[in-house]
Amino acid sequence: MLEERERDIIKALHKDLSKPEFEAFISEISMTKGSCKLAIKELNHWMRPQKAKTSMATFPSSAEILSEPLGVVLIISTWNYPFLLSLEPVIGALAAGNAVVLKPSEIAPASSSVLKELLEEYVDNSALRVIEGAVTETSALLEQKWDKIFYTGSGRVGRIVMVAAAKHLTPVILELGGKCPVVVDSNVNLPVAAKRIIAGKWGCNNGQTCIAPDYLITTKAFAPKLIDALRYELLEFFGENPMESEDISRIVNLYHFTRLTKLMDEDKVSDKVVLGGQRNENRLKISPTILLDVPEDSLIMKEEIFGPLLPILTVENLEDSFAVINSRSKPLAAYCFTNNEEVKKDFVRNISAGGMLINDTIVHLTVSTLPFGGVGESGMGSYHGKFSFDAFSHKKAVLYRTLQGETYPRFPPYTAGKLGLLRALLGGNTFHIILSLIRWLKD
Amino acid sequence: MTAPNGKNGEVFDGEAARLVVNDLRATVSTGKTKSYEWRVSQLKSLIKFSEEHEMEIVDALRSDLSKPEFESFVQEISMVKSSCKLALKELKNWMKPEKAKTSITTFPSSAEIVSEPFGVILIIGAWNYPFMLCLDPLIGAIAAGNAVVLKPSEVSPKTSSLLAKYLREYMDNSAIKVVEGAVPETSALLEQKWDKILYTGNGKVGRIVLAAAAKHLTPVILELGGKSPVVVDSNINLKVDSLKTELTKFYGEDPLYSEDLSRIVNSNHYARLTNMLDDEKVSGKIVHGGQRDKAEVKIAPTILLDVPEDSLIMNEEIFGPLLPIITVDKVEDSFYVINTRPKPLAAYLFTNNKKLKEDFVRNVSAGGLLINDTTMHLAVPGLPFGGVGESGMGSYHGKFSFDAFSHKKAVLHRSFAGDASARYPPYTPGKLNLLKALLNGNILGIIRALFGLSKV
Repeated sequence: MLEERERDIIKALHKDLSKPEFEAFISEISMTKGSCKLAIKELNHWMRPQKAKTSMATFPSSAEILSEPLGVVLIISTWNYPFLLSLEPVIGALAAGNAVVLKPSEIAPASSSVLKELLEEYVDNSALRVIEGAVTETSALLEQKWDKIFYTGSGRVGRIVMVAAAKHLTPVILELGGKCPVVVDSNVNLPVAAKRIIAGKWGCNNGQTCIAPDYLITTKAFAPKLIDALRYELLEFFGENPMESEDISRIVNLYHFTRLTKLMDEDKVSDKVVLGGQRNENRLKISPTILLDVPEDSLIMKEEIFGPLLPILTVENLEDSFAVINSRSKPLAAYCFTNNEEVKKDFVRNISAGGMLINDTIVHLTVSTLPFGGVGESGMGSYHGKFSFDAFSHKKAVLYRTLQGETYPRFPPYTAGKLGLLRALLGGNTFHIILSLIRWLKD
Repeated sequence: MTAPNGKNGEVFDGEAARLVVNDLRATVSTGKTKSYEWRVSQLKSLIKFSEEHEMEIVDALRSDLSKPEFESFVQEISMVKSSCKLALKELKNWMKPEKAKTSITTFPSSAEIVSEPFGVILIIGAWNYPFMLCLDPLIGAIAAGNAVVLKPSEVSPKTSSLLAKYLREYMDNSAIKVVEGAVPETSALLEQKWDKILYTGNGKVGRIVLAAAAKHLTPVILELGGKSPVVVDSNINLKVDSLKTELTKFYGEDPLYSEDLSRIVNSNHYARLTNMLDDEKVSGKIVHGGQRDKAEVKIAPTILLDVPEDSLIMNEEIFGPLLPIITVDKVEDSFYVINTRPKPLAAYLFTNNKKLKEDFVRNVSAGGLLINDTTMHLAVPGLPFGGVGESGMGSYHGKFSFDAFSHKKAVLHRSFAGDASARYPPYTPGKLNLLKALLNGNILGIIRALFGLSKV
């Protein structure tokens, strides 16, 4: 499906998001194909029961953990990576043996209808259904009893999903967002750092990515150099007139365009723009914009930006950045650019986020051996690679015993002798065991 | 019952709950609970408490449940001690980051999964194993480096106050707190924002806990219940008569007064259970037992044969000494009977038939399964203990406890060397080809594209 209908998918993404073909291919089609191939390669292995160690307490016995499908799962997807974020969880659910209902986002309507058309054509309809729609349809789906729900989107709707799931004791995975910070040390390869920050922010759906660098923190001393480097690389990437560049997505719709311009134009924020700030409502475009030292209580520092605006906060010493980050809710990702090993260690030890990446942005998502998910406000549960298979499986514990005799005096009537022996056995002291055995046998 | 948690018997309300959580958050932010030494000290203190006050614990359990000392020792105290010992033995290992393999896509890079404490945990205990079901999760939460509020069940009040007294004495109060109480106190606690909640109890309250957690996006483990079925194959020659014989061997001619049998926890449950027995569709099906003593809150081990499938006793979790036996024509029909009901916490099978074992394991879904025994799978630390569907979500025991209370943080380390300029705009077909090859791990493709790239 992904190979034969690549053009249909790229077209839909261009219609919904003006997503460049390059991004559409790399971040949506290629990643999804990779996940399918991995699942196909590993499935036999993943499906195999896992032996578990037993102890003296249940001797003789053998134990294993069996992965079972949960049953019927609901996957609610989102608009910024409509193919990736629909198909990646679907791959996990199918690999784990479940039936699936997929509800793509109505905010990317071309992708939603292409998904429905293609999935109905290529995949077993008796086990995978696509339901298109908006709030009404999603609410109707959420009233049902599912065996698991996987939701990607905002914290506000995440709460609604979880409350609905609570009525049926349905476990959920919530892939939410947050303000992903980037700490930039002066001890870095500045051109590469700048390129990687730009690629992560404007090169990924123009900042409309759950793990996009939301804001930067650096020292007051280093900020001017960092801004200059960003300015230079932005020019290399998108040219003199980024609003005209084909290599950058647009803002998805008028609602988000208005939301973002409001963030930029807020009093005490609009004068902090050091680069960019241009906008075109008709074409839903905002140029790559950098702001310096916006107030910490401004709107742009309170909500997840999800767009092409990049505030830079400055601190006296780099370590102060940790307090800034930790005073906010835990984000889906946190980044740190530095060559200093101590700083790296401190960052990993003291900052909590869904995932972290040192000296780059975004790409940790491509490592299938790393779980991808949030913590706190950024979500619960994780997936990718085998974690996807596990996310949609029930891990059933199985213990096998035989009917041959008992090793332990476990049954009533409970006598002092039996209790003494069990105490000794459970205490693991050989001498006591022997003494107690003798006493019990005498009983 | 109002909980005198504050001084002078103040009521524990939302404000009091908020203060407790704030206190714990302040402790967590100092990093104290993250240290290996702190976790070890707390676990050792738990063992000390269990050993130094064993008789008091046994007495509390006898008071709350008439639980025989043997069961209290083997099923509660000993289990708690061995969970502590396992955690102490394995903690260094568990705390170590787990290396993850990286591929050529992110070369050069190294990856790991780091276990972090969630932060502040709420553990709501149950009354039937009031000591174990409070402390076993507590052990996991501490091992994972969290601060904890423990809310023991008010239905086992002596154990609840024993835990409150001794955890205050033995544990670090700035990080481990016990809040006693009933519905008002639990509700006050549930209004707060926790980093994780572990609840043991029933599905009705489980839904309330999950809905409260949803407001704060708090992840939850629910250890609930269900009707755990036991399928008994004819080839093992078990008859109702053998059950009767063994029951008499265990509990004597007068089981109601045997010291080795717990009582019913309270009059509510006594009434609930006798109600089940007195149902007119059911009362005629008793084949053994049925005696009861309201004053002593005791019901004798009771076996019933072929009660109707729509009777009350077959439609709620019994949680008492009544054992209905349902007969079917062929033993395989039992799977259908089980699968028409919600998934239970455990399912058991007694058989020597290998194929039947395989079919059972493959076709019956439950939290856990045990072949040729009952309940013991709970004692295997290598097995996750938890439910599925109506019987719960999440699991714990052994390392699963540590994992249950840890955030598994993905960390990727890259260097500045070997930056792939092909990933950056302006996007060209040459760059796209190189990246396609890299993502496919296609070495030949990479070389080809690299050469091709130099032409673009």
